[in-house]
Amino acid sequence: MDRRLTAYLLRRVALAGIMLFGLVCLTFVIANVAPNDPAALAAGPDAGRSQIEQARRDYGLDRPLHEQFWRYVSDLAQGEFGRSIATGRSVGQDLARYFPATLELCLLAMLIGLAIGVPLGVLSALMKDRWVDHLTRIFAVSGIALPPFWFGLLLQLGFATGLGWLPTSGRLSVMTEPPDPITGLLLTDALLRGQWGVFREGLSYIVLPAIVLSFPCMASILRVNRAEMVEALRADYVMSAQAHGVNPWRIVCVHALRNAMLPTLAIIGLRWGWMMSSTVLVETVFDWPGIGLYAVSSAIAGDFKPVMGVTLIVGLNFMVANLIVDLLYGVLDPRLREG
Amino acid sequence: MTPLLAIQDYRLAFDGFDGTAHVLDGIALELHAGETLGVVGESGCGKSVLARSLLRLNPSPPARVVSGHIRFEGEDVLAMPPARLRALRGRRIAMIFQDPASYLNPLLSIGTQMEDAIRGQDGATGRARPRDAARDRAATLLAAVGLADAPRLLASHPHQLSGGMRQRVLIAMALSGDPALLVADEPTTALDVTVQAQVLALIAGLVRERGLTLMLISHDLGVIAAACARTVVMYAGNIVEDAPTAYLLARPLHPYTRGLLAAVPELDSHGPRPRGIPGGIPSLRSPPPGCRFHPRCDRASALCATEKPGLRELLPGRAVACHHAEV
Repeated sequence: MDRRLTAYLLRRVALAGIMLFGLVCLTFVIANVAPNDPAALAAGPDAGRSQIEQARRDYGLDRPLHEQFWRYVSDLAQGEFGRSIATGRSVGQDLARYFPATLELCLLAMLIGLAIGVPLGVLSALMKDRWVDHLTRIFAVSGIALPPFWFGLLLQLGFATGLGWLPTSGRLSVMTEPPDPITGLLLTDALLRGQWGVFREGLSYIVLPAIVLSFPCMASILRVNRAEMVEALRADYVMSAQAHGVNPWRIVCVHALRNAMLPTLAIIGLRWGWMMSSTVLVETVFDWPGIGLYAVSSAIAGDFKPVMGVTLIVGLNFMVANLIVDLLYGVLDPRLREG
Repeated sequence: MTPLLAIQDYRLAFDGFDGTAHVLDGIALELHAGETLGVVGESGCGKSVLARSLLRLNPSPPARVVSGHIRFEGEDVLAMPPARLRALRGRRIAMIFQDPASYLNPLLSIGTQMEDAIRGQDGATGRARPRDAARDRAATLLAAVGLADAPRLLASHPHQLSGGMRQRVLIAMALSGDPALLVADEPTTALDVTVQAQVLALIAGLVRERGLTLMLISHDLGVIAAACARTVVMYAGNIVEDAPTAYLLARPLHPYTRGLLAAVPELDSHGPRPRGIPGGIPSLRSPPPGCRFHPRCDRASALCATEKPGLRELLPGRAVACHHAEV
């Protein structure tokens, strides 16, 4: 690989490391300023004063803050997120179980958002101020404006309850045996194991929540891509490409789109983080067994460790997504490799 | 002999929110194969818009053709279907632009951009040649414009090149389709003075070697005098004078041309001090009636304010659009 690209990559990874440390600090602070007493929670509702103090010592909550912080960080470094009070399992195990379902949902939603948002953005830019452009504008505005839980319920009413084409909620029928995990992503595993029936069933379960989750993302990709394409199509280099007789399709799909994709990529990175956190609503509506549902049920139970774990995972995802976006920037834009 | 390029009564307007700008107001121009024509005028006089019209590059909207024809080799450019237009661009008329930094795509390598041009021109009339054949052709073209080390250059990106190199690359791309007419829109304006002279010499050399017809747009009479045998002067969307360059410089017939020449500073300190033309260029949204230059003209009469003067040939090869011009 290009040496400059490697250097660029290393700089970005170092920056991400610093951001990760900030995220860890932030979750620690939030846990410590939260208005409940974790020792009282751990000791149970009927615990006496001495039992609470015992729990406080057991959990190390009587130690000075910097010691607690050090323990928190070193636990995290070993993948130890603490123990859920409600389930009694370690939060790390729970996350490993629920996260793939969320990841699968978000990946599919992002795929839908890109597959529809980018081409429609290009089309609207080419048809600027014509009826196609107006139509996609209405589409995009509704995508941003519709509350996801309401839109989810609407789709359930229409396609599941009304037409009966798709199941209402869940990830797979209770009667169906999920494929042996390889990646943990159910659809991918079903494909890898060649279980077509399971794949089709999984698809029928995931399609509604994925559409709901993808809608706002698709809308913002569409609008940003349209604006950037309008700009790029007006650029001097497009005029000279036309004058030199470059194939018109190639001008749109390579010369202009590549330039328009730079700002679009930034939106994709932001939207990925946003999507991860909005799974809380969508997973609740569709009873999707991911980290969003896990966070909601833990929060209702007053169980703090899982919520912190989910926050960390979502934050980590956000960072990884933005790291990938930064790397793609470096691949797309030769000027950045020298910055 | 039919001219290579014949423009008749060409009017172009730009529609905007605050009214319509009449940017080109009845252009008439003939250009024969092998001629070198300079187009001179102030910023905003419509010379770049005219150059882009030859390839229909003005984005529409806002641009709107009001009337006229642009015939190239007898075929009306303004009426061409998209496929014919593609076969025109780069293959019969090629164009180079003012600022080579913004007219090259910042994200694509020089090689990709040159290959795209070469293969795009192939594709207009038949099958595109394979990429490696296009790359060989690109290397040959780079050598023709005086750029050595083609393999490294083809792999580099525009920001890695100097302004002069970028302009040479754009010239190489313009040559890729073996065009009959080369339109150069202020090709040296964005470059350093020393590089300007080199690029100008390169263009003049290529025109001679390849027998190209040249249309060179500039606001700089010195640039045009160095490369063009014939010059037209534009003012506010009109051609006001059309003459062999030597005659135009020695004895301008239009008051505006005289004003332009008087505004050129003399290096010889004993010469007259440069004089500007009083007033400013008129608004193209509501241009003055009659001759568009009359509010700034010291020879204007009542006739000039009501009737627009047409180009009339006072001497063979010398035309002027002025009621009061005389030999």
